[in-house]
Amino acid sequence: MTEFLKQNIGRRAVLGAGLAGVSMLAMPSILRAQDKSLKVGVYGGYFKDSFDKNIFPEFTKATGIAIEAVAEPTGEAWLVQLEQAAKAGQAPADVSMMSQVSMLKGQATDLWAPLDVAKIKNASNLIDRFVNKYPDGRVAGIGAVSWYITLVTNTDVYKEAPTSWEAFWDPANADKLGLLALVSNSFLLEVTAKTYLGGTNALDTDEGLEKAFAKLAEVKPNVRLWYRDEAQFEQALKSGEIPMGQYYHDVTGLAAADGNPVRSTFPKEGGIQDSGCWALSRASQKVEEAHVFIDYMSQPSIQAILSRKVGTSPTVKRELTDLTAEEFAAVSSDIEPIIPRYDLYQTKSDWLNQKWTELIVG
Amino acid sequence: MRREAPQRLADYGPLFFPAMMLIVFFVVPFATMIAVSFFQRQQGGFYVPAFELSNYQRFLSLFFANVLGFSLMLAIAVAICCVVLAIPFTYLLTRMARKVQIIWLVALLSVLSLSEVIIGFAWSTLFSRTAGITNLLVMAGLMSEAKALLPSFGAVLTGMVYQAFPYTVLVLYPALVRLDPTLTEAARTLGASPIKAFFTVVVPALRNTITATLIMVFIFALGSYLLPQLLGRPQHWTLSVLITDQAIYQSNMPFAAAMAVFLVLVTLGLVALTVIAGRKGEAA
Repeated sequence: MTEFLKQNIGRRAVLGAGLAGVSMLAMPSILRAQDKSLKVGVYGGYFKDSFDKNIFPEFTKATGIAIEAVAEPTGEAWLVQLEQAAKAGQAPADVSMMSQVSMLKGQATDLWAPLDVAKIKNASNLIDRFVNKYPDGRVAGIGAVSWYITLVTNTDVYKEAPTSWEAFWDPANADKLGLLALVSNSFLLEVTAKTYLGGTNALDTDEGLEKAFAKLAEVKPNVRLWYRDEAQFEQALKSGEIPMGQYYHDVTGLAAADGNPVRSTFPKEGGIQDSGCWALSRASQKVEEAHVFIDYMSQPSIQAILSRKVGTSPTVKRELTDLTAEEFAAVSSDIEPIIPRYDLYQTKSDWLNQKWTELIVG
Repeated sequence: MRREAPQRLADYGPLFFPAMMLIVFFVVPFATMIAVSFFQRQQGGFYVPAFELSNYQRFLSLFFANVLGFSLMLAIAVAICCVVLAIPFTYLLTRMARKVQIIWLVALLSVLSLSEVIIGFAWSTLFSRTAGITNLLVMAGLMSEAKALLPSFGAVLTGMVYQAFPYTVLVLYPALVRLDPTLTEAARTLGASPIKAFFTVVVPALRNTITATLIMVFIFALGSYLLPQLLGRPQHWTLSVLITDQAIYQSNMPFAAAMAVFLVLVTLGLVALTVIAGRKGEAA
């Protein structure tokens, strides 16, 4: 991990200086904005630390806008806080990194101030699905980072890398899998639909969902651990105690680089791509600064820095970045990803949760 | 010193502070939880104040009855294991030299300083195939190959008994220290073996203490939600695990609150039954 962060420091300095120059020329008004500031909510822990170290100082240098980073709790607690605060006209953070399900829930109460894409020139760089829109077309959020959950294996136990998610259903893998414990973070319904039912559209109907649940039930005898705690599975994967499962692509890559016998494989059906959006609270007074920030973060060069330093997959088109094939493979893949059906976790969350819990607990 | 019953309002003064604390940190949050348990869940959003019973209705199903039943059974099993292990242990401990007692008590207290997370991970390593205790048995020639002892019910039970054992000893210790040694001496003089004296004199003399300890460990074990996740399979998850899922991951506060209220009611009911049964036993 530390080696991963150390590499490219020279390059980062050069990039930073270049960006600073370019941004000032592009936005002369920023030069006068020495006392401007913006509160930005980022997931606490690793994400916040990485952003504090690699991204925010360069941003302030480039734009003169000081960043006050706020550590967000995971889960939906932050959404609840933003929502309550907005009702009182307060914004604990102006811009926050939000999960896709939280984006939809916030949309339901008009929590997100619509973004003006005209002010975000770099928005055109983004892959289309990373522009989060209200049903009426207003832009609610802009893709901040994305990451992959893939099929991971212990290389001592599995000499050959599996090629398909079908490996989860293989009776030979009885009691060998570690899978995420929640319907809303494992995205296994989508995996089942893509692998066996012809695509995630199969989940549009209740019959389709029932079919996916029935197919998924066949995986149960193969599962040794349903984990909520990532460290628990990572440890068991490294030691070979639980030699197969689903896990984060970049973290597995880092563990392999440290010499652990693990590998991450993009199955032919695609890895699961989850992502976070930048969204602006409607209670925020810093609309201008927020647009500058989101524009800055959507530059291909910044997305490339995130890929190298934080291990996230770019939200902009690959060809715009200067990532080498190796750097790109460390965080992403050209195989068409499985995109989670976030809409279901909003409209049918209780039903899905009940079915899921009964499936794995019952 | 003679204790007088409080005469004036001011005599109750010292009670105000603890009473205030109890109200602020227990009564108010608990009342809030009861209120929320009747609120209306907005799927895809949060909740709005209302009065409806749907959260309780959802809980009244065979599925949740099984989970509740398992949670109660697990907590009772932990309580019984702890008390059965702790009574002879504490009894022998009180017969030891003062210095030895202190060392044991310090060791037990240090176990209390371990968090549930550390206990869970330590036991999951001890029970693993790759680094666990079965490897020692293989080395000793008692087993042919190492195997994983978790996830299993036994692993969950072991972890939870380990966690609750120090509390059990600390609750039993004062009563056993104060136990009049002449009681056992009398039994011995009258011809009872040490074991017979222990079961016919010591245990009955401690009946109230034992009941109280059982209840305390039971309630302590009922709240456990991390160890069942770390050491067990999903069928070993307690109701507390599902409450956490609802509250934190589904942000379904009304349903989580309803489950918690239900759990508290069932617990209070069981405790009341135990106390009543104990009184009847005494009267008989």
